[in-house]
Amino acid sequence: MKGYDVQIENVSRAYGSFKALDDVSIDIKKGEFFSLLGPSGCGKTTLLRIIAGFDSPDTGILLFDGKEILSQPPEKRHVNTVFQSYALFPHLTVYENVAFPLRLKKIDKNLIDSKVREYLHLVQLDSHIHKKPGKLSGGQKQRVAIARALINEPSVLLLDEPLSALDAKLRQNLLVELDHLHDQIGITFIYVTHDQSEALSVSDRIAVMNQGKVLQVGTPYEIYESPATDFVARFIGETNLFEATVVNCDPYEDYFMTTLDIPALNSLVKVTDYDNLEKGQRVSFTVRPEKLKITGERPNKVGKDINLFHGIVEEPIYSGFQSKYYVLLENSTVIKVIQQHANYMDEGPEIDWKDSVFVSWSAEDGYIVEVVDS
Amino acid sequence: MSSLDPSFLIKAPTHPVGVYKVSKNQVFKDHRRFGFSNIVLVLTILFLFTPLIVVITYSFNSSKGMMWTGFSLKWYAALLFDSEELWRAFLNSFIIAISSSAVATVLASLAAVGIKWYSFKGRQFIQTLSFLPMVLPEVIIGISMLIFFTAIKLPLGMFSIFIAHTTFNLPFVFLLVSARLDEFDFTILEAARDLGASERQTLMKVIVPSIMPGVMSGLLMSITMSLEDFVITFFVSGPGSTTLPLYVYSMIRYGVSPVINALSFVLILSIILLAFALRRFLKVIAASS
Repeated sequence: MKGYDVQIENVSRAYGSFKALDDVSIDIKKGEFFSLLGPSGCGKTTLLRIIAGFDSPDTGILLFDGKEILSQPPEKRHVNTVFQSYALFPHLTVYENVAFPLRLKKIDKNLIDSKVREYLHLVQLDSHIHKKPGKLSGGQKQRVAIARALINEPSVLLLDEPLSALDAKLRQNLLVELDHLHDQIGITFIYVTHDQSEALSVSDRIAVMNQGKVLQVGTPYEIYESPATDFVARFIGETNLFEATVVNCDPYEDYFMTTLDIPALNSLVKVTDYDNLEKGQRVSFTVRPEKLKITGERPNKVGKDINLFHGIVEEPIYSGFQSKYYVLLENSTVIKVIQQHANYMDEGPEIDWKDSVFVSWSAEDGYIVEVVDS
Repeated sequence: MSSLDPSFLIKAPTHPVGVYKVSKNQVFKDHRRFGFSNIVLVLTILFLFTPLIVVITYSFNSSKGMMWTGFSLKWYAALLFDSEELWRAFLNSFIIAISSSAVATVLASLAAVGIKWYSFKGRQFIQTLSFLPMVLPEVIIGISMLIFFTAIKLPLGMFSIFIAHTTFNLPFVFLLVSARLDEFDFTILEAARDLGASERQTLMKVIVPSIMPGVMSGLLMSITMSLEDFVITFFVSGPGSTTLPLYVYSMIRYGVSPVINALSFVLILSIILLAFALRRFLKVIAASS
């Protein structure tokens, strides 16, 4: 496997009184597509700049394949960056932009030519090699930036929100291409983004950051299905999040059937969980909108582990492949439900504004996020 | 990668082709519809160019008076073979234009880089101050320079004109280079370092080439302004340092010689050629940014 292991250990960085990074530790494995995900100002870009060598931490260490790297300047780190603003040299053609790193090394001209053409082919820019960056579209510029960053054959490629300036459709296309590139080259990719759907769709693992801290590191599945904190639950996808108190915790074969008292729902809710929680403990409870079932009629059979609520549709939002409903429950709490549209045969009667509906979900689908206090 | 379809790149040109193509009929219709604005346009063009056309016409007149007596090239012959003083004045102008604009360009470019990239006390003040020569009336600059040169006992001549021209060229170059620097994307410096360039290589291969368009247009503009300046030059010139505008003015005082008409046409032609060259140059710049 090519690429470096990147170990970030207890890294902190403050700008005045603002803590951009607060004791951050992350282990990134060789050849991984790793995303740093968080809202703007969460420290993800600072961390990227420290890895690239444009910034240095106040405390902490950075290891590439077990070797300390902080003392090395950017040009000696075998790391290259794809910048958010592309950062192409405006006075050079596409060809010369990509050739730039090689020209600095005074390599044989024929070798440069063949390598530049190879990398421009890799990003599918063969037909634009003699244009200046000013003549290119955003997506093309980003391809040039990627080719330029890869031609040095770095061990780690850093991508600083590379797609944020592009429109949604192009973003999807380039994202898939980035994923292919990663599979082809096999080096470590560290991808910074604030867009959770980007991070979920391409990453091997994700670190969710907020206010200078790493809240959770895990696979996209882990982060979506079992968020470590309230913030992660809210930031990744949409969710219904409630404060709750543990009423009961019954052990079963390999899980616990937990009963929660949720004041906002004015009701008891059942959740399966793997932790044995104490009675009276305060926790956060989350259930994803797409796991909720919405029906016009009261379901015939309501199993023991089904949570059922009645409410009125306050706001139906149709978006083609799915509909989102804001349902006002009897005690005036609003809960979000997302229904995927299937074929005609499977669809129930249409649900409309002000309809009386039943919302239900299984105990399996709820999730206890974090213990609020102990 | 080859399994991906790159056609979305090819099928969507950034500029829609053909949108700006308008048929001749349409243009004609528009002419009719906006009658008033076209009348104003024609009058303005006439107002601007009639004097030039008159001058050009008389440069081919065979006699000296205002009567058309026949076509002749004798004033052009006189301009070429019998106007030694005029050519000396032209040479003076040329020397001063080249030297003063070169010096002004170097100084103003450095000033612009310094003021943009370094923070120091009085930065804003210097920036504001440097625009002053641009807004002051030329007469005032001319007089104050004359007084200053006399006070420090600098003999009036080529050198004093060179200093005066450098001074009034500075703010223009400064403005143009500053504008270029405003657009400068600082992440390209980080990109250069990231790709392995040393600090010196970053300066020579990235910074200098990317501000070059601003520097070049500043240089061309100062050459033009220096060549055509009359007022300031009039105050600070001395014996033996007559520039072309000063010489033309002195010729007119002894009656309008048709040689001046011939000279005007030659100048107009060269300026048109220069303007075309400049346009091409600016287009190349535009393409690069």
